[in-house]
Amino acid sequence: MPAATHEPIIRVNGLTVKFGERRVLDGLDLDVARGEILGFVGASGAGKSVLMRTIIGLVPKLSGQIDVFGIDLDGADTKERRGVERRWGILFQHGALFSSLSVRQNVQFPIREYLKVSERLLDEITIAKLAMVGLKPEVADRMPSELSGGMIKRVALARALALDPEIVFLDEPTSGLDPIGAGEFDELVRTLQRTLGLTVFMVTHDLDSLHTACDRIAVLGDGKIIAHGTMDDMLASEHPWLREYFHGKRARAVLV
Amino acid sequence: MSGGPNLEQIARGDGLALCASGSWTARFAPDLEQIVSDAEKLTGSRPNIFIDVSEVSKLDTFGAWLIERLRRSLTNGGAEAEIAGLSANYSSLVDEVRRVQPAGAPEPTPSALTAMLDRIGRAVYGVGATVIALVGMIGAVLAALTRVTLHPSRFRFTSMIHHLEQVCWNAVPIVVLITFLIGCIVAQQGIFHFRQFGADVFVVDMLGVLVLRELGVLLVAIMVAGRSGSAYTAELGSMKMREEIDALRTMGFDPIEVLILPRMIALVIGLPILTFLGGIAALYGGGLVAWAYGGVDPEAFLARLRDAISINHFTVGMLKAPVMAAVIGIVACVEGLAVQGSAESLGQHTTSSVVKGIFFVIVMDGVFAIFFAAIGI
Repeated sequence: MPAATHEPIIRVNGLTVKFGERRVLDGLDLDVARGEILGFVGASGAGKSVLMRTIIGLVPKLSGQIDVFGIDLDGADTKERRGVERRWGILFQHGALFSSLSVRQNVQFPIREYLKVSERLLDEITIAKLAMVGLKPEVADRMPSELSGGMIKRVALARALALDPEIVFLDEPTSGLDPIGAGEFDELVRTLQRTLGLTVFMVTHDLDSLHTACDRIAVLGDGKIIAHGTMDDMLASEHPWLREYFHGKRARAVLV
Repeated sequence: MSGGPNLEQIARGDGLALCASGSWTARFAPDLEQIVSDAEKLTGSRPNIFIDVSEVSKLDTFGAWLIERLRRSLTNGGAEAEIAGLSANYSSLVDEVRRVQPAGAPEPTPSALTAMLDRIGRAVYGVGATVIALVGMIGAVLAALTRVTLHPSRFRFTSMIHHLEQVCWNAVPIVVLITFLIGCIVAQQGIFHFRQFGADVFVVDMLGVLVLRELGVLLVAIMVAGRSGSAYTAELGSMKMREEIDALRTMGFDPIEVLILPRMIALVIGLPILTFLGGIAALYGGGLVAWAYGGVDPEAFLARLRDAISINHFTVGMLKAPVMAAVIGIVACVEGLAVQGSAESLGQHTTSSVVKGIFFVIVMDGVFAIFFAAIGI
């Protein structure tokens, strides 16, 4: 594994997001280092997905600053922003595949948009990307509605990786997968991080994923990061919610 | 950011070294492709070729694949091609790409003639399938109606009232406005042309027959097909897409009874009401124009209307309305339940719900015309 350097690739400072009167994120600070896999946990409804969606610009923020690749996203003009967007890939919770396009067209969509390459290379890259996420070339001509849940996640990951991004955001990538599928997915994320030098920002509830795939873990509570560190740090923490989460019945079953 | 990619050819005895340098990444994909296809022309020229990648500063899947593609085509040309100088970071990436099997040849696209015949065949089959689906839905709705009649407590009254509000009450302003305007236009045109024969006053006969018998109900049915038929299809279709209908079924509810019957009944009640209101609005509009433009004052208009129009014309119009409502509802529900997983499919079925709805409304109107002519009303 290439050593994660300490240069932060994502830097979030004093981020506040309000939905109506409810403060979902309240002065949140977070750094993600280049090349690491960060697992992001928190109670349901704590705002994990909101943080992810705020970083990628889908949810407006009240205050705070977000730097990605050292570029302040508020100050960036359209061209800079497109440059940043081209360098990240996002896997949405339910895949968000374009339902009227085939798997092949889904994966090729961002490539066509950003690069001028021949049809031949497009097809070859598509097959290569599908192979990397563990799918056979035959899948390429199926429609999203003909895929199983695990395959949808894999195709969505292939699409997120289409432009060889430097960061991928994964929103609950293993939810809805069977344990074998989830384990394979964790392994896949690890392999891709190793081969492509990816930085991975993973929102997850899966203790197995946290254990096997993540370098570091950040915990969200009350709109702030309440803990940030390795799995061992989490296990050693005295915070009541962390104790409940990492030492609860299910956690013990995973950790034995 | 490092410089663009490059591939230098260096002769080495009877072999050749291809030295790749710079950044071999997606950003430079078009250049890379050019470089690699140029290098592929060397195929077969030398017995052994090294691809030296030690100078490559950045590599991603695009670069790795193109290097691998170059290696493959050189090897296929009979040369001993090898990749050398791979740093540890990138070797796993190249290994990953090396495992990729090229896709089989894509399916040959059929010729234009075959494709045309194929489309005609599918369209004909589609007509048959539509008829079967429509008949099936009529049967299912009648069966559900019978069950509900036997056990009235199972009828979703609240749901029906909700849909009645959507279909009928909320549609009143637009239906009244449009039929009013059409009434005005018909009257104006009638007066304009009848005046040449000095038969101004016959405009009342024409307006009465046309509006009460044909135009009112047709116009309202077409508007309802566009307004509510499409809404039914979109609602049922998105419920189908999100497996809500399957969920209902597994809980022991009949989707026909829960979703479709209340919608159908709301339409069958709503459309005659709208037709009635539309007829009044059109007559009112026509009356105003006859007065202002044709000089037929309201008393004369009403008196003429009473003489010229028998109650039969009104009855015929009102009798047609519920049947047309049923047709629109059945078509909309069949299309809604036929939606497949994609957004495109939802759009297609909503479109065809409106198109088929209007088509069947007009066909039914023709059937009614023949029927009423035969029984002499």
